[in-house]
Amino acid sequence: MGAARAAGRFIAIVALTYLGLLAVTFFIGRVIPVDPVLAIVGDRAPEHVIERVREEMGLNKPLWQQFGIYVGKALQGEFGTSVLTANPVWTDIKKTFPATLELATVGILIGAGLGIPLGVWAAVRRGGLVDHAVRVMGLIGYSVPVFWLGLMALVLFYAKLGWVGGPGRIGVAFEYSVERVTGLLLVDAAMAGEWEAFGNAFSHLVLPASLLGYFSLAYISRMTRSFMLNELAQEYIVAARAKGLSETRIIWRHALRNAMVPLVTVVALSYAGLLEGSVLTETVFSWPGLGLYITNSLQNADMNAVLGGTLVVGTVFIGLNLFSDALYRWLDPRTKER
Amino acid sequence: MTALHAWLMSDRPQSRRQAALGRSYAAWRSFTANRLAVAGLVTVLLLVLVALFANQLAPYPPTIGDLRTQRLLPPSAAHWFGTDDQGRDILSRLIHGSRITLYVVALVAVLAAPIGLLVGTVSGYAGGWIDAVLMRITDIFLAFPRLILALAFVAALGPGIENAVIAIAITSWPPYARIARAETLTIRQADYISAVRLLGASPWRIVLRHIMPLCVASVIVRVTLDMAGIILTAAGLGFLGLGAQPPAPEWGAMIANGRQFVLDQWWVAAAPGAAICVVSLAFNLLGDGLRDALDPKADK
Repeated sequence: MGAARAAGRFIAIVALTYLGLLAVTFFIGRVIPVDPVLAIVGDRAPEHVIERVREEMGLNKPLWQQFGIYVGKALQGEFGTSVLTANPVWTDIKKTFPATLELATVGILIGAGLGIPLGVWAAVRRGGLVDHAVRVMGLIGYSVPVFWLGLMALVLFYAKLGWVGGPGRIGVAFEYSVERVTGLLLVDAAMAGEWEAFGNAFSHLVLPASLLGYFSLAYISRMTRSFMLNELAQEYIVAARAKGLSETRIIWRHALRNAMVPLVTVVALSYAGLLEGSVLTETVFSWPGLGLYITNSLQNADMNAVLGGTLVVGTVFIGLNLFSDALYRWLDPRTKER
Repeated sequence: MTALHAWLMSDRPQSRRQAALGRSYAAWRSFTANRLAVAGLVTVLLLVLVALFANQLAPYPPTIGDLRTQRLLPPSAAHWFGTDDQGRDILSRLIHGSRITLYVVALVAVLAAPIGLLVGTVSGYAGGWIDAVLMRITDIFLAFPRLILALAFVAALGPGIENAVIAIAITSWPPYARIARAETLTIRQADYISAVRLLGASPWRIVLRHIMPLCVASVIVRVTLDMAGIILTAAGLGFLGLGAQPPAPEWGAMIANGRQFVLDQWWVAAAPGAAICVVSLAFNLLGDGLRDALDPKADK
């Protein structure tokens, strides 16, 4: 009974939040522009064209009916046609999303893989060198514009030092050498055994991914530190010490395990943040992902594409948000309903 | 001086004014004990001064350059941060750009904080279905990707500094509502609220006059902590060409402009980015210090 009710509640929250997202994008796309028809056909179109487009878009219907149609179409993945690429927006999104996913995934692997151990270390040696380093990294991470840091890193590591590949996802020479299976270049290249292409793609990926990784690292390590400090002050730690357990075991097996519960949420949220933060990063690195697609469409006033991209990012974002919420409840027995 | 100190730190204040001044004095003392926070405050004050006296401080006009002889000069004694592709002095543009940065930050704070305060206090005091509805709306907004949503808003409204401010404000009020609501929940059962209610005060009066003023402090702290984020978002919008329009010396737009020749003339993009870093770092330090000084839970 309790579980069914909780599940029902959860589904209701998901549906409500998603409906909210749809309402906001609908508001942005259909209500704010003075005349969406003019936005599409331009102000020099003859009268009958304007009337026809208005008819086709259903703009002569009452607003709530328009919203119903909009929701129905969005749920089927119909976001209209992109003016810029002349493809259906959904096709464009399917093509660009894997690039963003690859970038954000490598970024979060770097961020969590380094951030959690660093945070643990900072908490254990409180006031030590690593603790200060984590604090400074956090401050910088909250204060530096990601697009600027990317630009400067590009100048230093690509132009001056030549350590990494430049903008884009892969060199021109390898552009068509890897068959597209998953859309994740590294995976595709590895599966095809194209190790030269793999290396090239990796050299292009490493800089933007490290950059995103740094920003999530700054956040994750700070949160890990505070969660660990919280756990290390608990009485069960004293009990474990009194039992004579080794310090390593206490830190990694007892304290961290409990700190992991809220940490899962933090990691999931920063993953969602990376998917979003990639908008600026992708622009700097000319990374052909969803973020670049959205900004390119923005600059060409391609509202269908902008709203479609916003909806997809919003969906992933909300999904990860609610997923981490559910995971938290599942991992922490104290939050279960009695 | 010592007499004043004793009067301010008194355990038994004789008047409301003495109590209020004493509390601010104690908070000020714990704030100034934090040297980084003071550095942040000084930097922010300097920024305000620079913005106020931009016309006097800037050595060159910010939007007019000499295209024949002054294009893309490296940093020198005449141009401390070099010149850009229009032959304009970058330092002068940075100085004038501080006005835009402050304008954006102040406007977003003035727009978003009251919305959050109102939603949070009403929600916390009213309870019941009003609370449920308002908090659900807040949660929905919190679950949105803020930057992307701001992008979409600006795309629909059209680029420009005012629209960027509106977009950022719309996406940044929910945390303030959360904080104000939490604060209201701890206050609403207090004896003095019951007393005011017995005196016949209307719910609106209670919320506006007796609850909201007590929530202001924690919201201000949160707003200060958010300032850096607001600056970064505004710069991001400017970088994408959606914020202030040329020739306005907006820092994000200046980075976007410098991007074209970043490989050869790196200083054009480097200088405005460094300015953004310094200012948002200052706001972060100031916010951290304010939180530590005003948070009653922190050790005094």
